Amino acid sequence: MAMAETKNSAGSANIAAGLREAVYAAVIAFFMFVLFIGVKTEQNIHNELVLVTRWGLLATVVVLAAVVRFLQVVYLMPFLASQKTVDAKTGLLPTSVALRVFSKRNLIIGVVVAGALLLFGNAIQEAVGPYWGAYVGLLRAAAIIFVIAWGIFSFRNFISTYSYSLGFILLVLYPVVMVSLFGFQGSLKWVDNFGIQILIYVMLAWGLNIVVGLAGLLDLGYVAFYAVGAYSYALLGTQFGWSFWILLPAAGAMAAMWGIILGFPVLRLRGDYLAIVTLAFGEIIRLVLINWREVTNGAAGISGIPKVSFFGLISFNVSDPNYISKVFGIAQSGSYYKIFLYYLILALCMLTGYVTIRLRRLPVGRAWEALREDEIACRSLGINTTTTKLTAFAIGAMFGGFAGSFFAARQGFVSPESFIFLESAIILAIVVLGGMGSLGGIAVAAAVMVGGTEILREMQFLKQIFGPDFTPELYRMLLFGAAMVIVMVWKPRGFVGSREPTAFLKESKAVSGSFTKEGHG
Amino acid sequence: MQYFIQQLINGLTLGSIYGLIAIGYTMVYGIIGMINFAHGDIFMVGAFTALIVFLILGAMFYSVPVVAALLIMMIVSMLLVSLYNWVIEKIAYRPLRGSFRLAPLITAIGMSIVLSNFVQVTQGPRNKPIPPMVSQVYNVYGISISLKQIIIVVVTALLLVIFWYVVNKTALGRAQRACEQDRKMAALLGVNVDRTISITFIIGASLAAVAGTLFLMYYGVVVFSDGFVPGVKAFTAAVLGGIGSIPGAVIGGLAIGFIESIWSAYFSIDYKDVAAFSILAIVLIFMPSGILGRPEVEKV
Repeated sequence: MAMAETKNSAGSANIAAGLREAVYAAVIAFFMFVLFIGVKTEQNIHNELVLVTRWGLLATVVVLAAVVRFLQVVYLMPFLASQKTVDAKTGLLPTSVALRVFSKRNLIIGVVVAGALLLFGNAIQEAVGPYWGAYVGLLRAAAIIFVIAWGIFSFRNFISTYSYSLGFILLVLYPVVMVSLFGFQGSLKWVDNFGIQILIYVMLAWGLNIVVGLAGLLDLGYVAFYAVGAYSYALLGTQFGWSFWILLPAAGAMAAMWGIILGFPVLRLRGDYLAIVTLAFGEIIRLVLINWREVTNGAAGISGIPKVSFFGLISFNVSDPNYISKVFGIAQSGSYYKIFLYYLILALCMLTGYVTIRLRRLPVGRAWEALREDEIACRSLGINTTTTKLTAFAIGAMFGGFAGSFFAARQGFVSPESFIFLESAIILAIVVLGGMGSLGGIAVAAAVMVGGTEILREMQFLKQIFGPDFTPELYRMLLFGAAMVIVMVWKPRGFVGSREPTAFLKESKAVSGSFTKEGHG
Repeated sequence: MQYFIQQLINGLTLGSIYGLIAIGYTMVYGIIGMINFAHGDIFMVGAFTALIVFLILGAMFYSVPVVAALLIMMIVSMLLVSLYNWVIEKIAYRPLRGSFRLAPLITAIGMSIVLSNFVQVTQGPRNKPIPPMVSQVYNVYGISISLKQIIIVVVTALLLVIFWYVVNKTALGRAQRACEQDRKMAALLGVNVDRTISITFIIGASLAAVAGTLFLMYYGVVVFSDGFVPGVKAFTAAVLGGIGSIPGAVIGGLAIGFIESIWSAYFSIDYKDVAAFSILAIVLIFMPSGILGRPEVEKV
């Protein structure tokens, strides 16, 4: 009885606090958004700026802010707190919530809904019209995602044990599955926009991981090496007609050389000074690419970059005598090239990952990790910090160069637009969000962040809900930035936090108190 | 000679704006040791707020005296932008205090992306031009000085004096300096560290808001992506002057302003940013902690 009373009074106090916080949130949101959402500046026909008011939208946003804050204070925060206390008492893991969500009953509901909508969804959509039809589509997508998530959840032990081999098999089979689901033409989007795009970022992030995650050097200008690789292939390929297979190592070597050139002056710098110089270096490369018009063709970029061939044996140019469909006697399609590129970037990624794993076990990899943990201790143990830093920069840059030349070959066109600071920031964000140093975590982060924002382009049904002016693409980067903040606040160590050095002493030996100040050595 | 002095005056104007933004970077860095990447976009939000207030004033009144208009723009912009920075600090940086060094850097980059895209989504991606507010130009011994430049330099100087007074002579400034030296000890001695850090963000944001208003008045146009380049230059200025040092930020800002205007006058305008960044790299090679930065003593 007494307990129920305290619980009740705690609940009402909670609601009072929630209401108070909601009012604060509403006031703050009102002042923050009154000028930016309440009014909009637009050009009239005389090219003068005029103001258009949107009070309705402002009111919606303010009310939304208040409601979200109320729910957070009244339900989410006590819920999270109770999760912690229950854990401490019973030793139950927080998965107990997940177990409740992914119960067998919910699976049956999910399968039934997904199956029914897959069978009759189109008929229902036609019956209810495009507006409500969009919600039907949303429900169908949610049901399918739930069923897939249920599968992943129930096999989580198996998946985490064999994560690397499963991930590899999945990646190898991905184009095959997409082609069998959507046909050659339909699979183009999934293989190119999702598969290749994500794998490029995986490769770049793994390359940057060597510099940031292993050696602990904060590099904000990584995109410079990507640009060097891309322009090396673009210029040498278009001017001399050299093959991709010669220029790939050449681009890597060129980028590595630039890595060393950048590395030399910054050897003495530490922490944030290093960050700003690398950022400045990235900007210098981009500005030179824009302004050195005689060589780089300026902001217009270089087009007509030759395609990659299968070691010169099979070509992907329709006019060539050894064009793929002539060799194998199959129908012409642009998707063969994309599928080939997919496997190419997958191979490059595997190379990067393999080299990283191997390097971590070599003396130089150990030296990188030692440098990251403590530079002074590293120096006093006789490790040459100069060469250690330079090798980290050079090897990281080399993989950036490989990725750059692949990017140029894939696009067939390069321009300085592709090498802005935002790209460096995205790559760094993927490395940190994935948990620095963990290859699997970085790959997951790349898939979630890049794939997640790409998928917004596919959400055309949102147009039906929010009206035809709504373009989901516009919100892509907004959501990307917000996701960066939320994930970082939620999991500061990244998706998979493994920053322990590869080699470390298993247990610290207890030393007699007389030897040390605090009793433990 | 006249041409050279003309360039110096242009450089002084630019440098004042960079200096105002750089103070925000350097103060935040000094107190919590983090690069506030969103600060450039805070500056852009300040310029946009000033633009919208300018348009509202134009729509509401037939004519407003220029001084009054500028003052209102500045004050509204300072208030709103401070609110933005306060909220951002609370949701994106405070939960990560005491976490590892890269975590707040990533949220700051995230916030920078959020701010610029928020403005793009709500206000549209196009350039926003306004009619010139101040157009008088004075001629002194063949050197033309516009009233705009005078306003910028005077406002900056005035703000720096006020700011110097706050940091050096008030209890708040003392608390700030104490937090900068040793946050734990300051907390033990009764300084409210969280509040001090919040106020630091608010002061930095208000200076950036003034810089934004002056930027809008000087160039007469603003676009959602305008935060990045001035932000990076101001950050460069802060590092050049020695990050963490407030006079260093002003000196660095002026240095970047001079380098830019003189380089574009005598060499090539295309490569002015390259010159600024290269000089940063060269200075840091010989003075690894900037012009006025204290060299860090390494201890194990």
